[in-house]
Amino acid sequence: MLQMRGITKRFPGVLASDNVNFDVRAGEVHTLLGENGAGKSTLMKILYGLYQQDEGEILLHGEPVRLNSPADAISHGVGMIHQHFMLVPTLTVAENVALGLQSGRAPFSDLKNVSKRITELSRSFGLHVFPDEYVWQLSVGERQRVEIIKALYRDASILILDEPTAVLTPSEVDDIFVIFKRLAADGRGLVFISHKLKEVLELSDRITVLRHGRVTGDTTPAQSDRHDLARLMVGREVKLAPDAHAVQPGEPLLVIENLFVDGDRGKHAVQGLSLEVRSGEILGIAGISGNGQRELAEAIAGLRPSQSGKITLAGHDTTRCKPRQIREKGLSYVPEERMKDGAVGEFDIKENIILLNHDKEPFCSKGFLQFGTIAEHSRKLVKAYAVKTPSIDTTTKNLSGGNIQKVIMARELSAGPKVLLASQPTRGVDIGAAEYIHERIARQREKGTASIVISEDLDEVMALSDRIAVMFDGRIMGIIPRKEATRESIGLLMTGEQQHGAKQRA
Amino acid sequence: MKSLFGLLIPLCAVLLALVMGAVMLFTLGADPLSGYATMFGAAFGSIEGFSETAVKSIPLLLVGVGICIAFRANVINIGGEGQMVMGALLATTVALLFPGVPSLVLIPMVLLAGAVGGAFWGAIAGALKAWFNVSEILSTIMLNIVAVQFMNFLLRGILIDPAEVARGTGIPQTMRLSPNADLPILIEGMRMHLGVVIALLVAVGAYMLLWRTSMGFRLRAVGYNPDAARYAGISVPKNVTAALAFSGAMAGIAGAILVFGSESHRMVTDGGSTGFTGSAGFNGIVVALLAGLHPIWSIPSALLFGGMLVGANALQRVAQVPSALIIALNGLIVVFVVSSEYFKKRYMESGRVDVESDAEETEEVKNG
Repeated sequence: MLQMRGITKRFPGVLASDNVNFDVRAGEVHTLLGENGAGKSTLMKILYGLYQQDEGEILLHGEPVRLNSPADAISHGVGMIHQHFMLVPTLTVAENVALGLQSGRAPFSDLKNVSKRITELSRSFGLHVFPDEYVWQLSVGERQRVEIIKALYRDASILILDEPTAVLTPSEVDDIFVIFKRLAADGRGLVFISHKLKEVLELSDRITVLRHGRVTGDTTPAQSDRHDLARLMVGREVKLAPDAHAVQPGEPLLVIENLFVDGDRGKHAVQGLSLEVRSGEILGIAGISGNGQRELAEAIAGLRPSQSGKITLAGHDTTRCKPRQIREKGLSYVPEERMKDGAVGEFDIKENIILLNHDKEPFCSKGFLQFGTIAEHSRKLVKAYAVKTPSIDTTTKNLSGGNIQKVIMARELSAGPKVLLASQPTRGVDIGAAEYIHERIARQREKGTASIVISEDLDEVMALSDRIAVMFDGRIMGIIPRKEATRESIGLLMTGEQQHGAKQRA
Repeated sequence: MKSLFGLLIPLCAVLLALVMGAVMLFTLGADPLSGYATMFGAAFGSIEGFSETAVKSIPLLLVGVGICIAFRANVINIGGEGQMVMGALLATTVALLFPGVPSLVLIPMVLLAGAVGGAFWGAIAGALKAWFNVSEILSTIMLNIVAVQFMNFLLRGILIDPAEVARGTGIPQTMRLSPNADLPILIEGMRMHLGVVIALLVAVGAYMLLWRTSMGFRLRAVGYNPDAARYAGISVPKNVTAALAFSGAMAGIAGAILVFGSESHRMVTDGGSTGFTGSAGFNGIVVALLAGLHPIWSIPSALLFGGMLVGANALQRVAQVPSALIIALNGLIVVFVVSSEYFKKRYMESGRVDVESDAEETEEVKNG
C-alpha cells in the first residue's frame, strides 16, 4: 500500500537519505531500524509531509503522491504516533481527537458523534480509551492509546510508530504489541521505528536497517538475530553485553539511609529510600523515569537538598555537603541530561574536560590556566576514550551525543572515583558508543569503584548490574541479584508491585 | 575563514548604518559624502583630531570591556552610568583626603578607588540577582538613578568647591583636585593623557582574565550553562556577583579617568542624569556589542564611537546638521549589529553541519 522509491534527501553537507527504497504492505509491521542519525526520522518526516524529498517518488495505494504537509499525509491515510505526545492535557480525549478536524455540524462542535466513534474504535481494537476522560488524568500508556485513536479516527491506513515503547513499562509494552498486531490484522500497515533489538524481533514482519542514510539490510525476524541486526546498524561486530568480570564486592562505599528528597513539584520525590553499594560492584536502578531517580541522583551529588536521612560516601557523611566537597570525597557523576548538566556546549572539548579541575594543579597555577598541560591531558583522554572529534578545540555541542558522552565519561572516570553515579549513561547514544561506555563502566569494578547505574533501559540495567534495584514512587521496591532477575520480575516491581506479591498500588 | 566572517558582519552593520545615515544627511540638505569626510576627517584626519578621539574613547572602551565581562557571564549590566559615578566619587574623595601624596602613589590610589567604587555598585546588583533573583537589568538601571542623585547630593553638599559657595554660583563641582592626581599628558600640547594607556591595559587585562585564568573560566562557564557550572561545583551566585563587580570596576576606573584626565581637573556635573558621564555608561554597551563582546575588539570599536562623537561637532559646524544625528547613527549601528546576530547564528549552524559530517552524524541527532 506504500512504496517509497529512490528517496534521496540532502541537507547542507549531509546526505540524510540516499536512494532509499521502503515499502509497507497491508497487514504487516515493517520496522525501520537504525542508530540516531541513520536517516529513520528523515524518511518518516518525508512520508508525513514534514520534509520533501530531493529525489525519488512516493506511491500510496498505487498512486504517486506529493506530500507537502502533514495535512496532505493525513488525507492520504498516513498517521503518525509521535514519541512525544501531541495532546492537550486540559482537554478530554474526545476534544483532543476532534482538535483540528472539521466538525460534522460546523460551526458547532460535534463531540457526541466523536465520542461514539471513539468508543467504537476503542472497543474493536481493545484500546480501553474513554472519550470523556481528561488527558491529564491518563497514564503515559493510556495517552499513547489516545494518540492511536486520533490516527484511527482520521482513517489512517498507514501508521508510523516513532519509538512507541520508549516511555512504557515492560508490561505496557506487551499490551501495546497486542494492539499493534490487531491493527495489522485489520489490514493496516504499520511502520515501527525502534532501536530496541528485542522488541524489533518480537513485533516485526519485516525489518529494514538504515545506516548513514542508506539501506544496509532487508531481513525478517526469522532470518536474523540481535547480533545480525546490531552489525547491520553499526557496520561491524558489536558486543551487546560487556564481559562480566565478577569481582568480590568489598566494603560499602555508598550508604543511603532512609532518605527523603523533595521534587520540584509537590513533596517527597524520594521517600525513605535506603541502599548500599559496595566497592567493586555495580548496582543498577531500574524504573520508569519520574519515580524519583533524578532526585535521588541529584541528592547524592549534592545538587538537591535532602529533607532527612543520611548519605555516607566513602566513610564521610555527605548529606549536607556542597557538590564540590562531595566530588572531593570521591564521587564522579555522569548526569542524566548531558547537555544541560554534564557539559557546557559552547566550551571546547578541552574546557569541558577540565570543567571540574580547572582551578587545580596542574591545570591551573596561581590563577592562570596552563594550556600546555590542559591540551596534553585532553589529547590523552580523547585518545583513550576514542572520542571522534576533529580536534580538542572543537566546540563540544558540535559533536554527536555519543561523543559528548564519551568526553563526560573521560572526565568523570579519569578522576579515579570511589563512587560512580551514572544516570541514563547511554540514552540517545549510538550503539557503538554505548557499547564502549558500558565496557568502561564494567571495568570500574576492577578498580574497586562502587557504581550506580540509573537507567530506564532494562536491557542496559540487566547487562551491567551485579544487583538490580527497582525504584517506584520514590522507594526501592526490591533488589534482585542479576542471576535471579528476569524481565518479568523487574517489570512487575517497576509498576509498584511488591517483591513478595503484596499489592501496594493497582 | 570563520574569524574573517566574524569581522565582516560588524563591518557590514556599520556600513549599512552609515548608508542609512547618509540618507538622513541627504534629507537634511547636506551632502552625505562631504559630511562623512568632514566627520571622519575631524576624528582621524590629524594627530590632534586623533588625540581628541582617543580621549573620548577611554570611558567607552573601559565600560565596553566591563560589559564584555558581564555579558560573557550572561549578566546584563545596564548600570555602567551609576558605576562610573560611584567610581568617580570614591576616587575624588580619595584625592581630596590625600592631596599631598606624590603622583606615583596617588594616581594608582585614585584609580584603585575608582575601581572599588564601581565594583561595589556593580556587586550590589550582582548580589541581588545571585541570591534574591532580582533582575539585574532593572536593578542596575535603578541604581544608576540612585548614584546620580547621590552624586548631586554630594557635589552640591560636602564635596562642593568652597569657591562656588563663596561666589554664590553653586555649580555642582569639586574644587581643583590635587595636581598630584592629574593624569600626565602623553604628547605635549594635546589632550591625550595616561588614561589611554590605562584603558588599553585594562582591555588586555580583561582578555587575559576571561580566557587565561581560572576565574574567567568560571565566569564563562556560568554564563554559558549555569546548570553545568553548578554540577561542576562552581558557585553560580558568587560568579554572577563577581561578573558585575568586575564590570563595575572597569566602569569605575572610567569614571575616575573622566575626573583626573579632564581639563578642569574637577568632578563636575550639570545636574542631569548623564551630566557627568556623557552617556558613556550606555554607549559602552554598544561598543561591546559591536566588538562581539571581545575586549580586544572593543578597542577599534571604542575608537569608532569616540571618533563619531568628535566628528559630530565638526559635522554640525560644517554641514549645519544637528549633532544629534550622531545619536541616531549610534542607534542605527546598534540596530544593525543586533540584527546581524541572526546571520551570525545561521552561519554557525551551517558550520555545525560541517563538523558533524566529519563525525559521521547528520542533523538528525537533534531531531530523532
